[in-house]
Formats: sequence, structure tokens, C-alpha cells
Amino acid sequence: MSVVRPFDKLPVLNSAAILLVGTDEDLQRQLAQTILKEKKDFKISIHLATSLPLPAERDHIRPRIDLIVFMINVQSKYGFKNIEASLAHVDANFFLGKVCFLVTGVGRVNHCSVDMSAVRKLGDVYCSPLIFCELELEGIRISTAQRLLRMLQICAGHVPGVSALFFSSLMRSSNDE
Amino acid sequence: MDVTVAEFIRRTVLKVPRSHIPALLQAWGFLPAARLQALDVRPLKEAIAEAVVQLCQENSASIKEAAVLDIVYNHTFQNKRVWTVYQMTKATGGETDIFDFTAFKRKFKRRIQSSLINVTINFKEFEDNAIWIRIAWGTSYTKPNQYKATYVVYHSQTPYAFISKSINRSNLPLLCQALIVASNYGDIREMELRSHCLDSLKDIVFKRYSQTFQTHHPKPLQERNVAPENVDPRLIQEDKSEKERIQRVNQEVFGDGPQPKLEFAQYKLETMFKSSPKMVNVSERESFRCLVKFSSPHLLEALKSLAPAGMADAPLSPLLTCIPHKARNYFKIKERKGVLAAGLVSP
Repeated sequence: MSVVRPFDKLPVLNSAAILLVGTDEDLQRQLAQTILKEKKDFKISIHLATSLPLPAERDHIRPRIDLIVFMINVQSKYGFKNIEASLAHVDANFFLGKVCFLVTGVGRVNHCSVDMSAVRKLGDVYCSPLIFCELELEGIRISTAQRLLRMLQICAGHVPGVSALFFSSLMRSSNDE
Repeated sequence: MDVTVAEFIRRTVLKVPRSHIPALLQAWGFLPAARLQALDVRPLKEAIAEAVVQLCQENSASIKEAAVLDIVYNHTFQNKRVWTVYQMTKATGGETDIFDFTAFKRKFKRRIQSSLINVTINFKEFEDNAIWIRIAWGTSYTKPNQYKATYVVYHSQTPYAFISKSINRSNLPLLCQALIVASNYGDIREMELRSHCLDSLKDIVFKRYSQTFQTHHPKPLQERNVAPENVDPRLIQEDKSEKERIQRVNQEVFGDGPQPKLEFAQYKLETMFKSSPKMVNVSERESFRCLVKFSSPHLLEALKSLAPAGMADAPLSPLLTCIPHKARNYFKIKERKGVLAAGLVSP
């Protein structure tokens, strides 16, 4: 069992890898399918996991992970705790712009079992953006997929002149105001 | 025919959904088949009920027949009632005796009627060896209330009886007494197992639920989480082995077959509040009152799918999984056993 590192492998030409972490498999799978359907001009591989660390026996075939997306469902306390535990297995370099949190389930307030302040604090502590989205809705899922793809392109270094760190600091300054 | 009987039959027929009326009347077996064939079930239900009452009048039905109709109705729609399981035990020796239905009826009736005159007691035996007993209770001064009857289901070769929940709690001891007298048992106790689904209760207490060849739900429920075959090579499932472990553990705990249907489980904590020495203002002897209720249309299936759906850790708390083995869904958690509610994950 190892820590996921952003720079331990060489990048593959014209390809990018995204890692989705979350216990809600249905949503995870739907989002992955939506990302695959989007038009893009690079090779993508989507890795799905319910928790970190990733199993070590697949380390040698796994490409370099460019972006980690933690999917938080505020209706499941178990899922939230699982993500908190998983974060310990992520290398600190990832938090320089290569991690984001997708927060779902905020719409149905009376089903929320995770405190919103805890979620915000998580974003603050790990210096990573929170993206609020209701993934059950198809329109929002598509726009979220597009947004993640764009971020993935930046994180994988496909956009000249914009680095992941630069992009995340751009996002943060607007958030912290 | 008595007016009250006619009214009772009319109301019973009105309760039945229209499509079930012919089958129900056939199962009743009181009205001649030829007349049933001629019965028109297309008009309003009021008209059907009126026609049935007319037929009963011609055949001069008594309260006995009406009660049997009520039993047939409750047998068909048994999920409308909440059933509680009672277990009977033999004193000692336990000589095996051959069950005699007529003797059973006689003893049962005599025991109840020796304390209460105004009762209507009726029996009906069904194909699966189940004896249904219907008791309409009155008091010493009032006639039996036919609309608030108690139903008992008893399988002659087993020590279990299923009693429908009714408002006449005061008559329950008498009923239990009559049951053990009639069936030659020594003692009876409530098993803390309740559900709407009588067949599932039978599955649990007769231990037929995990056997694959015979459960009352014949069709296995569709597995919700069967992932569509991972055809896209760009999608990589990282923790396949973990998933397989969850599947395996789940299968060990719950078995292959469909689960018996229960609607609730209740855990009552009767533990003392333990405070740290610093908190002086909290009394040391104060009990920590807490009641955890789980409810679901199909509780055990729900528990079974918790771990595969990624909502709980794979081996669930034994408190939740012991329900079918222990044959109870109402628990009291006491101090000495050292189990804590913190281990429970709410669905």
C-alpha cells in the first residue's frame, strides 16, 4: 500500500489519467460514463476507487495520475469519513492544484448528514477547490464532466502557459474573498 | 339470517379488491359454485356485496360462516396485520402425542369459554397444515365485537404460534393459556419478533430462509449493483479485490437466497452513563436512555445491500445481522454484554 504521488512516473504523450474516489459507486460510474462521452483530443483513462490507498499490485501498470477527484455525498457520513481517511494516502504535492472535491446531495437539505462547515473546512485545509453539483441531474453532470476535463487538461500540462498550481491559485483567490 | 351477520358479510366483501372477490368466495366454499359463476363482478362493489349478501340469505348463513369468510379474507391479505411470534415449551418428559384437531378445538374453546361467555371462536385448517383461529371478544355484558377479532395461526407440529396484534391486550393471557392447554405445552413466551409478513416469520422460525430450495419468495430479487460489464478499456476499476471481498463477506453473512421480509428492528439501550471523573455534575448512576429504530419496507434486504452499495463497512455489526438467526427484531442492550450503539451505522 503506497501513497499516490504525482511525479513518480513519466507522463505518456497526449494522454491524461483521472482518479475518482468515493463510496457512491452508481454516481461515480455515471460521471465516468459522461466524461467518456465528451469530445476530447487526448487519450483519457479513468480510474475508479472507493478509497485510498490504491492496491499496490497494480502500481506498475497504472499511469501517472494527473487529477484526483474526491466525490463527497453529504448524505452519507460513512462516505465522508472514508474520504477523510483516504486523504492521508495522497502525496502533499498533489494538493498543489491536482485535487478537487465534488460535493453532491446538497439540494435535499433534510437528508444531509454531513455538516457543511466540515466540508468547507476540508477544502480549506487541503487548499483544494470544492465544486458543488447535483450529479443526479443529467445537465449538471455533463457540465461537471466538461469542467473536470478542462481541469484535467491543465493538470496534465496540455494547456501551454497554465500550470495546475497557477490555476488553483486563480480559483482560490476568488473563493477567499 | 341475522342482520348483524348480513352487515358483517357485506362489509367484508367491500374490503376485498374487486379482482380478488371471485377467488375469495371460492376459497370460502360456502356458496354453491354454480351461483358463484353467475355472479357478476363488473358493477359497483356495493352492488356485488349486496348480491353476495342476497346469496348468503338464501343459504341462511350464520355467524359461523361469516367468521370463516373473515378468516379466508385475513389469510389472503395477511400482510395487513402485524404478527407476533410466540414460542411454547413442554414442561419435562415431553411425550410425543399425536395431534388431534377436534380435541384441540374442544379444549381451546372450553378453556376460553370457561372464563368468558361472550366470545365467538372459529377454526379453519389450510393446506399448509396451518390452523387459523379467529376469536371475537366480548365482555360479560356485551356481545362479541366481530370487527375487532384476534387471529392466531398455529402449526400443529411446531411449538410456534403467530398472534395478530389487536387492541384487546387484556385478553391475551387468556388466549395464551388456552393455546398451551389445547396443544399440551407447558409454557408460552413472546419471542420479540414481529412483522407484517407472516410467511417470512414462518421462514425465520422454521429455519427455512437460508435454504435455497424453499422460501416463500420464489423469485430472487434483482441484484441492484451488478455493474454493466466493463467494456470500455478507458475505465479502470482499481479495487476489484476489495469488492470481491465485500461480496464474499456479505454472502457468508446473509446467504444466497432472498431474505425474509421484516419491516422493523428496534434496539433499546439500558446502559449506565459513564462519565469521566472531571464531569462531576453528571450523576454516576444515571441510565443512558436511547432507542434506535430501523424501518424499511424490506429491512434485511436493505441491510444486505448496505455494504455493496458502499454505505457501510463489509461485515456489518453482528447486532444487525443476527436478526434471522436469533429470530427476534426487538432487542434490549444491557450493560454487561459490553455492546455499544456506536457500532451501529444507520442506513
